Amino acid sequence: MIPAITFKNNGINFKEKAFKKTLTLSAIVAVIILIAIFFTLLVNSFPSLKALGAGFFYDKTWDPVADEYGALPFLVGTLLTSFLALLISTPFSIAVSIFLGEYYKKGIVAETFKNVIDLLAGIPSVIYGFWGLFVLVPIVRIIEIKLNVPPYGVGIFTSSIILAIMILPFSVSLSRQVISMVPDHLKEAAYSLGATRFEVITKIIIPYTKSGLFAGLLLALGRALGETMAVTMLIGNTHSIPTGIFSPGNTMASVIANEFSEATGKIYTSALIEMGLFLFVVATVINIIGKQIIKRFTL
Amino acid sequence: MKFKKSILPLLITAFALASCGGNNSQKEGNQDSDENSNGILGAGATFPYPFYSKVFDIYNKEKGIKVNYQSIGSGGGIKQLQNKTVDFGASDAPMSDEELSKSPAPIVHIPTCLGAVIITCNLPGDPVLKFTPEVLANIFLGKVKKWNDPNIASLNPNVKLPDLAISIIHRSDGSGTTYIFSDYLSKVSAEWNAKPGKGKSLNWPAGLGAKGNEGVSGLIKQTPGSIGYVELVYALQNKMPAAQLKNKAGNFVAATLQSSSAAANIDLPADMRVSLTNTAAADGYPICSFTYLLLYKDQKYNNRTEASAKATVDLVNYVIHDGQKYAELLGYAPLPDAAVKKAEAILKSVTYGDKTLQ
Amino acid sequence: MLKIALINMNDSKSEIEKQTAHRNRKNKRFKGVIIAATIISTLPLLFILFYIFRQGISAINWQFLTHLPKPVGEAGGGVSNALVGSILILLVSCIIAIPVGIVIGIYLSEETKSRLAYYCRLAVDVLQGIPSIVIGIIIYEWIVRPMGGFSAFSGSVALALMMLPSIIKSTEETLKLLPESLKEASLALGVPYYKTMLKIIVPTGLSGILTGVILSISRVIGETAPLLFTAFGSPFMTTDIFKPMSSLPLIIFNYATSPYEDWHQLAWGASMLLILMILILNIISKIVQSKWKVQF
Repeated sequence: MIPAITFKNNGINFKEKAFKKTLTLSAIVAVIILIAIFFTLLVNSFPSLKALGAGFFYDKTWDPVADEYGALPFLVGTLLTSFLALLISTPFSIAVSIFLGEYYKKGIVAETFKNVIDLLAGIPSVIYGFWGLFVLVPIVRIIEIKLNVPPYGVGIFTSSIILAIMILPFSVSLSRQVISMVPDHLKEAAYSLGATRFEVITKIIIPYTKSGLFAGLLLALGRALGETMAVTMLIGNTHSIPTGIFSPGNTMASVIANEFSEATGKIYTSALIEMGLFLFVVATVINIIGKQIIKRFTL
Repeated sequence: MKFKKSILPLLITAFALASCGGNNSQKEGNQDSDENSNGILGAGATFPYPFYSKVFDIYNKEKGIKVNYQSIGSGGGIKQLQNKTVDFGASDAPMSDEELSKSPAPIVHIPTCLGAVIITCNLPGDPVLKFTPEVLANIFLGKVKKWNDPNIASLNPNVKLPDLAISIIHRSDGSGTTYIFSDYLSKVSAEWNAKPGKGKSLNWPAGLGAKGNEGVSGLIKQTPGSIGYVELVYALQNKMPAAQLKNKAGNFVAATLQSSSAAANIDLPADMRVSLTNTAAADGYPICSFTYLLLYKDQKYNNRTEASAKATVDLVNYVIHDGQKYAELLGYAPLPDAAVKKAEAILKSVTYGDKTLQ
Repeated sequence: MLKIALINMNDSKSEIEKQTAHRNRKNKRFKGVIIAATIISTLPLLFILFYIFRQGISAINWQFLTHLPKPVGEAGGGVSNALVGSILILLVSCIIAIPVGIVIGIYLSEETKSRLAYYCRLAVDVLQGIPSIVIGIIIYEWIVRPMGGFSAFSGSVALALMMLPSIIKSTEETLKLLPESLKEASLALGVPYYKTMLKIIVPTGLSGILTGVILSISRVIGETAPLLFTAFGSPFMTTDIFKPMSSLPLIIFNYATSPYEDWHQLAWGASMLLILMILILNIISKIVQSKWKVQF
């Protein structure tokens, strides 16, 4: 708590007050920034909200020529890539968190892997996209030729793999934290009854950390939904609803990146901002729920 | 520590200033005296980007004026000009009457060169293919799906076409190149005219999107069995084959300086907003277009100084005269004399308040 | 009877042994799977680093670092403008984000229970989760349009907004870890509160705060999406932060998707440069963390 001491010296008193005011003011600024972000998005989405209404979310055609803006293909693309990425990365992220949270908590091995995972988080999105374009795309194309689907190389599948790599460190850092919070006496009790490590992990640690692991996944999902650059470079940028995991598509974030700087016309721009608003709201809800779960878990 | 306290009010003021102006594009920009004094900012079409990039590089060397041109697509050029965030826009698609009426002030089009949109494919051996308008439309409509389709094979008896799926590559951003290409397809195919239609960004029936002429050529080079449309220069610089197209007169024509110039040999309107596609000229290439720089007719806006307005007009004047020789060097057709005359007249009409700038 | 019982015993013993062996095998197999999965997870990083360094090393030379980009399609040129641009943009965002972040961090470490602190903490959490592309839209509406043009400054504000949450959090968490007695001792000696905070508490927790700052820089140094509609890019060397400016991530994006081999080369070089910077920042943060650690 900030102590309520008053000083007789006026100069100090003034500085004291100014300092405390600055502290409070800065906290207010943080809150105002967030509210302002929300309202800027909301106000700028009004033209599209008014003109398109709920049709924005179930209309299939995004046709700037005819002034028709249905975001369903991008909604589908966003959900498909994010969930697919989650599906691919979850087994690995849980394995890595068990590795770091249970098997190798300390020592050189743990430190090395921890640093590697941290670095994985540090690589910029645009470099993931660049690498994906030149290394992953040709590989996916070979697979596609084998499977006898159009060999685009880019598409939902390719973006999901890159997304999976990108969200892995994020969910690892959360789940590792959660796993290392399991009380030792629980584990020791199980060991003393003759349980193997495998049994301790599957019967004690995972059930105990269930909600925390779920929160980790949720937050990773939030991360995947808004990821922009790598996906823009790898998804194929088409406006039709993806018909399979190998077909090209578009996510909400990639449409904004592609079209925001050139959208002419009020409703066009506004429809893009409405997608931004949607991303903002979804990310915020996911974030708050995830953090609440983690907070409850760690307390 | 004073520093920390001083930054906070600064941020708050900046923030307050920003949030009140956020929803009002007509608002005067804030005071920034040297805003345009040491450089010109333009943005738009990727179609003439190699040309502008070369001319502006030379211009900087000759006159010491830095022209920053960002190739973000024609749609972007128009939008950023309308939002008054750039000194000039650039577009290959002339602005429609509707777009002009929605702009905050009158805008003029100044043609800078002639370009051709070519069809390029990524096939083994890089063959030069021949297409009729019908086959081309059917490919881009997604109706012809394989390279060894009899429709394509009968036009190209000497080429061994593989049993490969056709991957269509189109633009993902608002593009003048797309406008020119779809303008052509709308003229030659009733079906195309009814469904995707013409525009800077279309609701494509099939294919992959890439950003800019750069992105489309990049993706075509990467994707075996792909077909796409780009400006001639991009194909020349990257050694990609350009297909021959059957024009209105029934001849198969390749895109060259001569065949582009032939297409432009028509009576030009005073405002230069004209479509050159599907030309009637016997040796004319059917998908050509002028590309334009866009300026506000009255350069006095947003605290713009007369000097910066003059600098912008001088630059455009340079591009339509001395700059023309670089167009030819790169593979664009220079402006015909008639077009230069019209462009000069348009440029003379650009004013700063009541003052003329030339 | 006895015989039968013995056999039974033997049987059940071997039954238990078998079961134990089975459980042990399962245990070992599981460990194997975990280790394998962990190693597989680190493979992408090795692949990416290997590929980028292989491609990038040949691109980086004196010309690459000191020249400006050439006109489209011409060979040669460098990325000096983007390098300078990246550094300038980051510098300005640090000037904006660090003081504000530290001040908010101090507030949150001091006020744990008030309503404002609760909302502030929530706001910081939410701010951290906003997709970077949305930050781009916001700054376009807040700064680019009202100021009448793209500028490096607007890019800096966008990056600053993205740096704030981690600076705030690291400051808050570091200061919370400091012993209360430190503050009490200072206050008891009659040192005014603001001096206690700025001259005693913040310097004591400096290593933690600094680590947070460095990590936040390394996190935004490669951000592209918020710069697309703000810093915009420029082919020239500019130091005027109210003009459009190039930056490394922007040119990687533009060059990577282009058809020109030369540009790909430049983009690989730029990628390597970025990754080296991130590596160095990470190493510095580790050094700061371990060397300056204040022990109690």
